[in-house]
Amino acid sequence: MSESNTEAAIVLDKVNKWYGAMHVLRDVSMTVKQKEKVVVCGPSGSGKSTMIRCINRLEVHQEGRIVVDGTELTDDLRALDTIRREVGMVFQSFNLFPHLTILENCTLAPIWVRKMPKDEAESLAMDFLRRVKIPEQAKKYPGQLSGGQQQRVAIARALCMKPKIMLFDEPTSALDPEMIKEVLDTMIGLAEDGMTMVCVTHEMGFARQVADRVVFMDQGEIVESGKPSEMFENPQTDRLKLFLSQILRGH
Amino acid sequence: MSTTIVASSSVPTREQPSALAIGPLAWMRVNLFNSWISSAVTLLLLYFGVKWIISFVDWAFLHAVWSVPETAPGKLDPTACRDAKGFGACWAVIGDKYRFILFGRYPFDEQWRAAICIVLFIGLYVVSAMRRFWRAELVLIWIGVLTAIGVLMWGGVFGLLYVPQDEWGGLPITLIIATFGLALSFPLAIFVALGRRSTELPAVKLLCVVYVELIRGVPLIAWLFMASAMFPLFMPVGFNPDKLLRVQVAVVLFAGAYLAEIVRAGLQTLPKGQYEAADALGLSYWHKTLFIILPQALRLVIPPLVNTFIGFFKDTSLVLIVGIFDLLTAGKVALAEPIWQGYSTEVYVVLAAIYFVFCWSMARYSRGLETEFNKSRRR
Repeated sequence: MSESNTEAAIVLDKVNKWYGAMHVLRDVSMTVKQKEKVVVCGPSGSGKSTMIRCINRLEVHQEGRIVVDGTELTDDLRALDTIRREVGMVFQSFNLFPHLTILENCTLAPIWVRKMPKDEAESLAMDFLRRVKIPEQAKKYPGQLSGGQQQRVAIARALCMKPKIMLFDEPTSALDPEMIKEVLDTMIGLAEDGMTMVCVTHEMGFARQVADRVVFMDQGEIVESGKPSEMFENPQTDRLKLFLSQILRGH
Repeated sequence: MSTTIVASSSVPTREQPSALAIGPLAWMRVNLFNSWISSAVTLLLLYFGVKWIISFVDWAFLHAVWSVPETAPGKLDPTACRDAKGFGACWAVIGDKYRFILFGRYPFDEQWRAAICIVLFIGLYVVSAMRRFWRAELVLIWIGVLTAIGVLMWGGVFGLLYVPQDEWGGLPITLIIATFGLALSFPLAIFVALGRRSTELPAVKLLCVVYVELIRGVPLIAWLFMASAMFPLFMPVGFNPDKLLRVQVAVVLFAGAYLAEIVRAGLQTLPKGQYEAADALGLSYWHKTLFIILPQALRLVIPPLVNTFIGFFKDTSLVLIVGIFDLLTAGKVALAEPIWQGYSTEVYVVLAAIYFVFCWSMARYSRGLETEFNKSRRR
């Protein structure tokens, strides 16, 4: 890995994690540079979601080092607060707050975590809602929106914290097929603006279009990683070949 | 093998057939008279229902004795009631005793103070129930009103006669125990429920578990006895907080344990994703709890919460066993007067009606609250 003058955004160094006796992450090492877009793929149960959730400590790793934006993840709560402020996350099941309006969903964290004045937070939220193309829904509640709209709100909510890094945990897996595109388009727009992104997804079209690098995980370890075109056209391992044949069969 | 089906034109929408129409008659036909056996049961129940209503109206209104003549000052002649016994209610007992039932042994000439307290309590409930008053100032209103109630009940200032606590009684006592009991036990319950779910503070968690299990494992009556009889034994000589206060603390702790378990159920029902989303946004524990977790968890448990509230409102009547003069006790004591012995039905009907009005208002209000909250989370 060539050390450039820019600091790495995320460094995972021999990260290990167990659920009881199950070894779910095995010596996972990976570096994500500033503004790099990484797509993580792999069969279900391969540890890809666990890995991405370790980056903002929704899951706690037991061995190894994770450094995010120059801050190492430890038990120190202050470090954790710093990291969570700089890392936005989008979930498979949206996880919007159903009792708050779309606008309140977006302004809550900027107001209470960033200590932003309410007016400023609201105008910022409206900017991002316009970017995800649903400013007219600002006064509605999440339950009144379609799945695709909810996921776009979730993206806007994360962006309102002005994060340096965005994590996506299977953002389109819970969506109806006709809604996947609107979410992917939002993510492509974000990638074009130079956001550092780590994205767990099976959308190979998306990976081809925006990813600088694809990481293939299986059984808790990183098996292969490289440029999307090389990975897809010329897989080196049998496990990746098998995986690609399985997901492509469905298309 | 496979056939492709292509619709030549779309099926037009049309009116629902009238056979499926809904109306009171159609509803009755479907639900009450759909077979000869259900028709028979319907008619039979209708017959008994109507018969019961007629005899109740007969007893309570048509043949009722509303007042009895006064033979000498302060001396009533209950002959009319005795004549009507068995087929007519004697409401004269209420007319004679209503002030004792409502205010107990509170000095007769000062009972207007207790009456104002009842009005203040009801006003406080009404104001607190209205969503447009749900602001931080509401806490100040509560503190102000409860202080005013204290001043009115005790007196001793502003030229009011001092009335010691053991002369209080009737409805104000019931409302005091219920209001303070629930208003203080609810926040306590929230903290205990949060503590019981804490993963990072094992000592706090253990404390909360012990508290809940210990309180729940012993009957309320036993706690009341302990508060009134045993507690003073453990206290230094001369330190003897008043009995109502001790009983009040026992009620708060007891209700707190039950409410805590309900709040905990709400916390557990909330999807894990809500906690994770709040964490991922960097919200602190208290912000997460205050803005994301509790508003949702408490809405989920409104029905069991109100159920427990209603239960505790009625359980305040158990304080009679430690000699506190609540509404029910006052009613019972009113019946001890020789001329009114034997008219307990009338007194208990009135007491039941008073309890019912409070409990039913709570139930109605909670139903309204549920509908209102559900509006915002249509799925």
